[in-house]
Amino acid sequence: MQKITMKLNRRQALTLSAGAAFAVVAGIRTVPAYASAEDTEKRIMEFTGGKTPESGKLTLTAPEIAENGNTVPISVNVESAMTGDDMVESVIILAEGNPNPEVATFNFTAMSGSAAATTRMRLAKTQNVIAVAKMADGSVFMDKKEVKVTIGGCGG
Amino acid sequence: MATPKPRVKVPKTASAGEVIVLKTLISHDMESGQRKDKEGKVIPRQIINKFSCEFNGQPVFSCDLDPAISANPYFEFTAKVTESGTFKFTWVDDNGSTYSDEQKIDVK
Repeated sequence: MQKITMKLNRRQALTLSAGAAFAVVAGIRTVPAYASAEDTEKRIMEFTGGKTPESGKLTLTAPEIAENGNTVPISVNVESAMTGDDMVESVIILAEGNPNPEVATFNFTAMSGSAAATTRMRLAKTQNVIAVAKMADGSVFMDKKEVKVTIGGCGG
Repeated sequence: MATPKPRVKVPKTASAGEVIVLKTLISHDMESGQRKDKEGKVIPRQIINKFSCEFNGQPVFSCDLDPAISANPYFEFTAKVTESGTFKFTWVDDNGSTYSDEQKIDVK
């Protein structure tokens, strides 16, 4: 017993207790189960009908650091003439680390003029935000951005 | 919660074939169904689940919303106008109510 207490100096003791406190916080946080990367992947496949999305054409704009996870502005923009086959049908927004991966689905028409939209979303924690666009000719495009969240949304 | 109040920004005039930017906002709590009250009971989900915009009866843009959309949902999108007419904006609540707003535009 004597030996063990000798080995544990003040700094080590503090590190240990901090670690224990973190474990408790982490334990509580897992109660509202977060979506996993696999769930998100599954949702992407559902949306694209099994096609693997390519990169390019679609641009997702999100802040690198979001101070408040309750309102994070995000924008999507797809290069498209919005006529005939060169047309964006819909864009889905997904968040890997929220309780549910779905965020929103934008549906465009020829009258949209361009496939660009902006909204504000909630982010529970630092995570990847993903946008997938489905074109009228069946091709799919994806873009991904990591957003660091200082204060999480979703009423945590 | 007070009755949701839509606010929409549409340019008054545009030239034919122009792609204009529309901005919409509606006051709504967007209760996610993830939060709990003081007794630890889950507050039931109540969000706006659908937003759509039509021009002279033709669909322009629509959006399916999930609880991850922030309170007071805001949308900014574009529309290509070729003639004068009316934009109609509709929001659908989880409780079945719909909220709408209309804005006219003059196209020269």
